[in-house]
Amino acid sequence: MLKISDVKTYYGNIQALKGINVEIAQGEIITLIGANGAGKTTTLMSVSGIVPPRSGDIFFEGNPITGLKPHEIVELGICQVPEGRHIFPYLTVLENLDMGAFLRKDADGVRQDRDYVFSLFPILANRRHQAGGTLSGGEQQMLAISRALMARPRLLLMDEPSLGLAPLIVRQIFGIIKKINEESRTTIFLVEQNANLALKIAHRGYVMENGRITQTDTAADLLNNEDVRKAYLGV
Amino acid sequence: MNYFLEIFLGGLTRGSIYALIALGYTMVYGIIELINFAHGEIYMIGAFTALIVASVLTLLGFNTLSVFILALVLAVIYSCCYAFTMEKIAYKPLRQAPRLSALISAIGMSLFLQNYVLLAQTSDFLPFPRLIPDFDFMEPYAHIITTQEAVILITTAIFMTILTIFIKFTRMGKAMRATSQDKVMAALTGIDVNRVISFTFIVGAAAAAVGGVLIASHIGMINFYIGFIAGIKAFVAAVLGGIGSIPGAVLGSFVLGWTESFCTGYVSSDYEDVFAFLFLVLILIFRPAGILGRSESNKV
Ligand SMILES: Nc1ncnc2c1ncn2[C@@H]1O[C@H](COP(=O)(O)OP(=O)(O)OP(=O)(O)O)[C@@H](O)[C@H]1O
Ligand SMILES: [Mg+2]
Repeated sequence: MLKISDVKTYYGNIQALKGINVEIAQGEIITLIGANGAGKTTTLMSVSGIVPPRSGDIFFEGNPITGLKPHEIVELGICQVPEGRHIFPYLTVLENLDMGAFLRKDADGVRQDRDYVFSLFPILANRRHQAGGTLSGGEQQMLAISRALMARPRLLLMDEPSLGLAPLIVRQIFGIIKKINEESRTTIFLVEQNANLALKIAHRGYVMENGRITQTDTAADLLNNEDVRKAYLGV
Repeated sequence: MNYFLEIFLGGLTRGSIYALIALGYTMVYGIIELINFAHGEIYMIGAFTALIVASVLTLLGFNTLSVFILALVLAVIYSCCYAFTMEKIAYKPLRQAPRLSALISAIGMSLFLQNYVLLAQTSDFLPFPRLIPDFDFMEPYAHIITTQEAVILITTAIFMTILTIFIKFTRMGKAMRATSQDKVMAALTGIDVNRVISFTFIVGAAAAAVGGVLIASHIGMINFYIGFIAGIKAFVAAVLGGIGSIPGAVLGSFVLGWTESFCTGYVSSDYEDVFAFLFLVLILIFRPAGILGRSESNKV
């Protein structure tokens, strides 16, 4: 479904991605783990077209998307829940959700999906008229995920959804990520530092170091891999 | 009492014009954090376009009302084209560059447009025809408010109302609000950010052109330098109200308009600018982000 082929991405003169290859099949949850500064966020931003690669190619369902504008990439069905949530602070919860459905024309479907995300995260329904910026961190993360779901994505990119959240909420959110994948068959590309949890819900995983992919395997095998356990699981 | 009312309405009229220009400053700043120094020139170009159109149409024997409407519409269209092109040439290539570069590009654009009009026209003041006739039914109130002033007030009110509804309820309006709050996220929800930016420049230019035509017709003369003076005042108004905020720009404009007109009415017109800027400094000391400004980066 998504193929990242020898992608190199730069910030000015700094090279953040040094030729990475990733493949994701329809219906999978793939996780990308790695230390701070490894280039995980840059990978997602390259796919979304926010930081376009300098060389290499990205294919979505067989078609090249390298060089497309971010909004054109969203139009194809690739949505992102960015690192740090990026909630529109002065829009209400409802308005934030509407922004997620910005490109959709089917008002009925949008209404159904709104009810669906409220059923996933009932707390958001209670806060619907509250400004996004006044929500707690956990609520903002729920809103960020819900906003992305409002677009009915075919591929959902998620950047560290567990960042800064209490363990209980993290488990709740990971449960919902799994549920989204199973119920709507949404393909998920999950970037995480919480490698333990991520590898438990993912099918396969990639390990990234210094802008390079150093390992890839099934999630189960990565969980048992000695190097990975030492470096990312803290055991 | 009548004298007070006259001064009050005079200030409101000035404030309306400042508000029409200040909109462009505040909206553009809200979206791309740029002080568009060339914005005043757009207002001046609007006035010159109206002057040319009105002169030609009057020669051709059109009646007053159709001259007014056509001059206004063409001035708006022409100014919008200028603003659109200016953004594409002078600002868009500098989107990723340091802020200061874009600011200098804006100052360059402002000087370029001033000198271009100076060469194409003249440095002298040119008489500007009265586009708005005095209506007979306004006669009894003429000592308080002239037809010209009434038209300025009503046009501004209509423009602001439409703009408010537009930003609150339309798709493009929502896209503008989202873009002003978080550009990256706006792009990630499928908003074409470049289009939103172009559109913002166009709305600002339309408002400025309307202001330019109305005030030129009220005062009766224009030259290449009017954009600079009015631009500075409107910019002050935008900062006073809280740059980036639309209601702030309108409020700041009225505050500035009243300050000037009460100063002229009760003290002396010589001190009008002194009072205006003193007021600006005082307000900024107590509210550094302006009257309605938010300290962080939300705007529209
Ligand atoms: N806007 C930027 N300008 C310059 N360099 C950047 C920029 N963003 C990221 N980098 C650099 O690119 C490299 C990869 O950063 P990236 O944000 O992709 O890492 P990450 O794996 O997401 O890290 P984290 O886990 O801390 O979020 C880092 O060395 C970082 O310093
Ligand atoms: Mg990151």
